[in-house]
Amino acid sequence: MSLPYAFRLLRSLAMLLALLCAARIALAETELPLAALQGLDFKAKAAAISAIADSGSPRAEAILNALTDGRLMLRKSDQRFVIIAAAEDPATLTDALDGSALGSEPLAGLKKIVINNQLRLQLRAELARMQLANPDPHARRAAVEALAADPTPAVIASLVEAAPKEQDEDVARAMQVVIGLAQIGDADPAKRLEGVQAVTGSMLGEVHNRLTQLVARNPAGEPLEPSMDVRIAAGAALRAIDQRRARYELIQTVFFGLSLGFVLVLAATGLAITFGVMGVINMAHGEMMMLGAYTTYVVQQALPNHIEASIFIAIPAAFLVAGLVGIVIERGIVRFLYGRPLETLLATFGVSLFLQQVVRSIFSPLNRAVATPQWMSGQLMVGDALALTWNRLYIIIFSALVFAALLALLRFTALGLQVRAVSQNRAMARAMGVRAGWVDALTFGLGSGVAGLAGVALSQLTNVGPNLGQSYIIDSFMVVVFGGVGNLWGTLVAGLSLGIANKFLEPFAGAVLAKILVLVFIILFIQKWPRGLFPQRGRSAEA
Amino acid sequence: MKRTFKTLVTSMVAALVVSTTPVRAEDTIKVGVLHSLSGTMAISETTLKDTMLMLIDEQNKKGGLLGKKLEAVVVDPASNWPLFAEKARELLAKDKVAAVFGCWTSVSRKSVLPVFEELNGLLFYPVQYEGEESSKNVFYTGAAPNQQAIPAVDYLMNEVGVKRWVLAGTDYVYPRTTNKILEAYLKDKGVAAEDIMINYTPFGHSDWQSIVSDIKKFGSAGKKTAVVSTINGDANVPFYKELGNQGVSAADIPVVAFSVGEEELSGIDTKPLVGHLAAWNYFMSVDAPANAEAIKSWHTFIKNDKRTFNDPMEAHVIGFNMWVKAVEKAKSTDPTAVQKAIIGVESPNLTGGMSKMLPNHHITKPVLIGEIQANGQFETVWKTEGLVPGDAWSDFLPESKIIEADWTDALNCGNYNTVTKKCSGQNF
Repeated sequence: MSLPYAFRLLRSLAMLLALLCAARIALAETELPLAALQGLDFKAKAAAISAIADSGSPRAEAILNALTDGRLMLRKSDQRFVIIAAAEDPATLTDALDGSALGSEPLAGLKKIVINNQLRLQLRAELARMQLANPDPHARRAAVEALAADPTPAVIASLVEAAPKEQDEDVARAMQVVIGLAQIGDADPAKRLEGVQAVTGSMLGEVHNRLTQLVARNPAGEPLEPSMDVRIAAGAALRAIDQRRARYELIQTVFFGLSLGFVLVLAATGLAITFGVMGVINMAHGEMMMLGAYTTYVVQQALPNHIEASIFIAIPAAFLVAGLVGIVIERGIVRFLYGRPLETLLATFGVSLFLQQVVRSIFSPLNRAVATPQWMSGQLMVGDALALTWNRLYIIIFSALVFAALLALLRFTALGLQVRAVSQNRAMARAMGVRAGWVDALTFGLGSGVAGLAGVALSQLTNVGPNLGQSYIIDSFMVVVFGGVGNLWGTLVAGLSLGIANKFLEPFAGAVLAKILVLVFIILFIQKWPRGLFPQRGRSAEA
Repeated sequence: MKRTFKTLVTSMVAALVVSTTPVRAEDTIKVGVLHSLSGTMAISETTLKDTMLMLIDEQNKKGGLLGKKLEAVVVDPASNWPLFAEKARELLAKDKVAAVFGCWTSVSRKSVLPVFEELNGLLFYPVQYEGEESSKNVFYTGAAPNQQAIPAVDYLMNEVGVKRWVLAGTDYVYPRTTNKILEAYLKDKGVAAEDIMINYTPFGHSDWQSIVSDIKKFGSAGKKTAVVSTINGDANVPFYKELGNQGVSAADIPVVAFSVGEEELSGIDTKPLVGHLAAWNYFMSVDAPANAEAIKSWHTFIKNDKRTFNDPMEAHVIGFNMWVKAVEKAKSTDPTAVQKAIIGVESPNLTGGMSKMLPNHHITKPVLIGEIQANGQFETVWKTEGLVPGDAWSDFLPESKIIEADWTDALNCGNYNTVTKKCSGQNF
């Protein structure tokens, strides 16, 4: 909000602050206007929040924090305001006003104090103001940046006061930026110019917003900002930000592409084994991923207090579950159908429908909620404008590890040697004493197990429901065929290039068209090079 | 081989057709339930089938209808649009049901429409939809765009002060039509074209990275921005997850969704979503005696007190009660008689109001805006004064502004052009 008179009124504001201090003393703790927080009158609530924040009460911060998190409740039995420790039933209560413990109470006996988005913004600003005195410089800086969204005169006055005393350089800089933002709203062009200069170089979202307004024109094409100097300075600052953003954006698009690519690779690696190495058109591949995702869900249900670690248990569990189901499918169905691709396709398609309906009957047709561990949510800030989300980063790493492990397994172990031998020449391998049937079962189990691992990763990205597999089966086949059947490296290159191509097309073609373009490209590519990017050469190609 | 396959399919289909044992067929009134129990839409539609069974059960406990017991005929169209038409024909021609309650997606409704018009059946359609339709044989108990989308935009514009709009939707008929109406409405209200961003994604889209980052960029132009989402069902989860991960909070850029209800939220970890909005005509959290009673009987019927109750279920409750009243009024289940009798019939909705069937076969409903809470429920933050009558043909599209629907004798047309004074485009 722009308040041009902020600085002129500084002195009267100081007086106001003094008055507020007086009000603090006058407002005894029991007089915090909590009653106004009830009901649906959000204007009254906003006023009450301001009053609580300005009261100087030692309970103010606890109350506002609880209100933000939805932990401030009204006990129905005695209409007393309480704060619950966590959303559990029965909840542990403390009195909102004096902080004394009040034992526990079932949630049914409590009524939550409702807030809306506007109040959330207000609470964020009020809490940030309280955090300005926090001894931790990171907390102070976060508080200052939170205040940039809506710098009220009172906020600016306290920042002007605090800035010269600030020891930490980053925090002081952030304070200058917020003060500068307020100055941009001043009536005096010189002050506005000063404000623009103060914010130049900052990558804060609000700075960009504010500068955009300065260079904006009205529908008649006349500039909204009267001062030429201010416009020029704002334009230059804006261009600098935009250039910097454009650089980051390129990196970000590559990251998006890589992360989509690695999800595709992860989903396709299992198929690269069952379809690529063994030649089984496995339509139930997607359902193996689904089983992996459901295993993650079951593990989380079994260990409700260890969500953070549950993923590490889910990874081997999903591999085993999907792998075992894969072996059962191979021994029970697929082994009777080798060399008859059409029948295999139909049979595994049947298996996929069967597995979907089984999951629907056991877990209900509704999606299941798989919680994301804390260490996987949020984003990693590189510099001040490049943000990479943690879950994608972890999935890239996980996918790369799975791929490397699989490659090593096929290359350096006895099983890997036998798998390659059987897939190249079954009769010869058997003549050399390889138990082809046993190798088939293990290979299919391995491919299915890897699909299960993909399921664990997907449970962190998308819905865990009976249809999870179907949405990935087409993409998986696409990647394997594009990369060249029977070639793991091909799968990697194909997955990554499709992912990156998709993400570069998406911004200007839109998600729907980008997908169509990629599919058309693949059709044309397969027409010209039916064996994919890295075709099998030599004798093995005939097998 | 071919023949055995065929018999196999036939017997499988027969096995899917679950029907409660007909005791004395001639003494019962049959009610068709046409909801997918398998396939992608099963997630949403199975609950509606259970709701219908509950309502029929309750009506039978009250002594049935016209002295006869009601009998549910449940079929499974398996999320397969052409199969919807086949199953509808089976219900009307073979089972001779008095009314059908069913469909979810607009494409399934469009698929059965000719069948209902040809065989003169009655369909009660319980889901919010894009409007631009009024059939003599269909009763739309879900919201038309003016009962959901338009009030939601009004709320954002007037109460939140939103100046810049992202219209994000799944690429099919409902989002496309709704966004067309919304775009016209926003421009009507003076929003400039560069302040509207329209984005479509395929069904089940799961990689939202670049779109969320685009929305973030679009939102950094110095004006309050909001996303109006017609993203369908499943794709919402990864969308909200990505929003949370990229640090877009509801306080900065709120998302108002038209397809996310309590049922969908039960499959999501809702903590990162707190504060995002949904517009519906009903929330499970509404504090009203009728609602508490309905939820209680639902929990007893389904034998699980964790199950949610949602907007389309409420629409079925209203639709079923209206049909019962109309049959009692007409003293017959004959479709033509019921069509006449039902117009003007009132039935209480669960949020404390009285919904009424209008001549255009839509009903009056309240509009509620709710914010998602950490427990997977919505908290009402705004609601319309009184009930909003459903408008079949949008007043914000130039081509449908001039069209009226009125199934009383005055007009008896669902597609009446007030300029050319002609009734067109429909059999009736």
